[in-house]
Amino acid sequence: MDALQTGMRSLPELLNLQQQLKKRREQQQNYLAVCGDTGCTAWGSQNIKGVFQKCLQQKGLDHITGLKFTGCLGLCESGPVVIVFPQGIFYQKVKESDIEEIVEQTLLQGKIVERLLYQDPLSGEKIIYAPEIPFYRKQERILLVNNWEIDPSSIEDYLALGGYSAFGSVLASMDSEYVIGEIKKSRLRGRGGAGFPTWQKWEECSEMAAAQKYIICNADEGDPGAFMDRSLLEGNPHSVLEGLIIGGFAVGATEGIIYVRAEYPTAVQKIRRALIQAHELGLLGENILGSGFSFNVSVSVGAGAFVCGETSALVASVEGRVGEPRQKPPHLAERGYNNCPTVINNVETLANIPSIISKGAEVYRRTGTEKSGGTKIFSLVGKVRNTGLVEVPLGVSLREIIFDIGGGIKGGKAFKAVQTGGPSGGCLPASMLDLPTDFDELKAAGSMMGSGGMIVLDEETCMVDLARYFLKFLNDESCGRCFTCREGLSRMLEMVEAITKGQSSMAEFALLKELAAVVKDSTMCGLGQTGANPVLSTIRYFAEEYRVHIEEGRCPAGVCRDLIQFQINTELCNGCGACRNKCPVEAIEGEAKAPHLIRAALCTKCGICLETCRYNAVIKL
Amino acid sequence: MSGLAGNLRIDRKNFDTRNGESLVALLQQVQEKHNYLPEHVLRELACSRGLSLMEMYSVATFYKSFNLQPRGKHNIVACMGTACHVQGGEKVLEELSRMLGIKPGETSRDGEYSLDHVNCLGACALAPLVVVDGDYHGNMTAARVAALIKEKLREHKGQTAEALNQEIGQKAQSGCCCARLLAGEINSV
Ligand SMILES: Cc1cc2nc3c(=O)[nH]c(=O)nc-3n(C[C@H](O)[C@H](O)[C@H](O)COP(=O)(O)O)c2cc1C
Ligand code: FES
Repeated sequence: MDALQTGMRSLPELLNLQQQLKKRREQQQNYLAVCGDTGCTAWGSQNIKGVFQKCLQQKGLDHITGLKFTGCLGLCESGPVVIVFPQGIFYQKVKESDIEEIVEQTLLQGKIVERLLYQDPLSGEKIIYAPEIPFYRKQERILLVNNWEIDPSSIEDYLALGGYSAFGSVLASMDSEYVIGEIKKSRLRGRGGAGFPTWQKWEECSEMAAAQKYIICNADEGDPGAFMDRSLLEGNPHSVLEGLIIGGFAVGATEGIIYVRAEYPTAVQKIRRALIQAHELGLLGENILGSGFSFNVSVSVGAGAFVCGETSALVASVEGRVGEPRQKPPHLAERGYNNCPTVINNVETLANIPSIISKGAEVYRRTGTEKSGGTKIFSLVGKVRNTGLVEVPLGVSLREIIFDIGGGIKGGKAFKAVQTGGPSGGCLPASMLDLPTDFDELKAAGSMMGSGGMIVLDEETCMVDLARYFLKFLNDESCGRCFTCREGLSRMLEMVEAITKGQSSMAEFALLKELAAVVKDSTMCGLGQTGANPVLSTIRYFAEEYRVHIEEGRCPAGVCRDLIQFQINTELCNGCGACRNKCPVEAIEGEAKAPHLIRAALCTKCGICLETCRYNAVIKL
Repeated sequence: MSGLAGNLRIDRKNFDTRNGESLVALLQQVQEKHNYLPEHVLRELACSRGLSLMEMYSVATFYKSFNLQPRGKHNIVACMGTACHVQGGEKVLEELSRMLGIKPGETSRDGEYSLDHVNCLGACALAPLVVVDGDYHGNMTAARVAALIKEKLREHKGQTAEALNQEIGQKAQSGCCCARLLAGEINSV
């Protein structure tokens, strides 16, 4: 495989290399996939990998069984996750002390380690193989499927699975018009939030006559609660890169830029490595594979500003300026980065491109809805049982995602709402659970698809508090350019804070609604225009909860601190002293073995006593 | 100019944006080197690039990842993203703040700890999340975070329990809040 050393100069060389790598892969069917995504590493998977490595060496298995430190395997809740291939045996919550047993039992004797299997919370049944776990069974993993099979640091893995074939066939037999035509047929809509048809953006930019054009991958992923872009970059960076290169070809760009947020150091590292590999192999650079097409990609790291996800602010940030949005038009296709025509696409949008080209648009669009083709990755988090990354065809209902895939609400609590679309989105109540996940439907319901964060809320979430949270977020992140955004959001925040403190009135509540409408209508960029959504959608569906705060001075969910109190039920308290010891402000008193008491004047309502008490004696009123 | 700007070149090996003029990229490199943006460097940079100090300041303060004050040796970051918020992230941050005796964005007086909050760390499935010196810790609660910080302190020092206790004893006498906390003398600061 000389090409791995010297780089490729023609298409046949690419095909040849893929063939060889594929063959080599077929001979290496035995491997362990240890999840190396940020989630599982937080559970200690880095050490798990190390111990496996040692153990395999000791037993002389390292030549027979490979070890891949993969991207997100999906079910973050059960981390660290290890999947044994070729069978696909799924082990969850693996500890270092389990590893010897996995090697002895499963690898050497072909037996299952029962204890580490996933147990279906509903049926109680233990499930051996990953694809049979309900969480995976109901998904359609097109973008994420390769995460199981790819070591993100290895371009060989990607090539062996047919990676860069789409780019190869573009160079071999397609022109810009054809590629854009395919994307149009695929009905791909941007995954960055607004759902703008990708082909339209590409066509507009491709029609611009300019010596220099740019394509930028938006990996700013500012929506809190969303991490699919990070997982794609960390788990399969070459798929995003291939999409970016094909996009560059289609719009006639000479340069690509990947704008990654600073909070994702691992993603930055992985994408940098991918760029080096692609360069070395001759998939980037001048006259790629002898086709005459030249394309370079660089990385630009963000510096922590949510508004820089907005396209014109992003351009300002890449140029090194303050990341303030500007008035459009002129659109970026006319005047973007360095004043050249520029197109900006989201990470997930770009990751879809290779599969559209390889499979053909006709096949691709069989998944999804009439208006938008393909799948969408959601980060299913919050108070749901199976938290993790979920990939489903567009149009699947919220209920299917939260209950069938997510396994319903944690701890037997009741479902209250689901928050989608980040700070620009809204909260949808139980009555909307059958809504299909589609750009237009979610928007009509007062929320948004956004980038795909799906935060499930239970009865213990206060909707007023959540509205306050988003207002605070947006108020902090507003660049301050538009008066109504800067001042409007902070006045709205004050008003909602007053409600959470029981210091508001119905008249002020009416004013809040009015102000929300003004901010929506009179701001320049998407941040302000959608900034009122969290407030408006919670008012739309949870008006009663607002009223109870205002008129009765109660927080039914028990969240707003000024409206709750902690007390000790003297019948249940046996005076063990645990809460007294843990209380950070010494607000609890009582003799040993005698019921304790919380002094309301000192209590900061941090809730540590409630969490600490093993006798359920602490109550929240 | 003490050759500072000379050292600041965009690292081509890393494939970082070629726009060698990007002020944000330069500031990132200054921060990487000094762990904050020292005023004298900002002055030098402003001078060499023909910018006013105010322009430098406006970029440096617009972006949240830049610090104009030195950071502590150990960085503690609490996530304030939505998933973390609905599961008690705010209380976790409050508890951290109380334990360390500093507000978010501040550094302890002995220069040991900095406390920060961010909007989302992208590991929302593990919410609420706290990151200590780059290590992610999931499913935090106000009560658990105290134990975590104590444990981390021990790890970082890499000392035997005995030596650590001795040091804590000394520090506690000298009034270091973290040490007193560790020694179990106090529950909070
Ligand atoms: C305030 C604000 C923040 C945004 N943040 C992001 C982001 O983090 N990631 C992203 O892909 N798009 C974000 N967008 C949307 C982008 O402006 C843009 O629509 C998108 O990147 C286009 O890519 P797409 O067509 O592939 O969806 C944001 C928009 C606004 C107004
Ligand atoms: S919300 Fe805290 S990690 Fe995403």
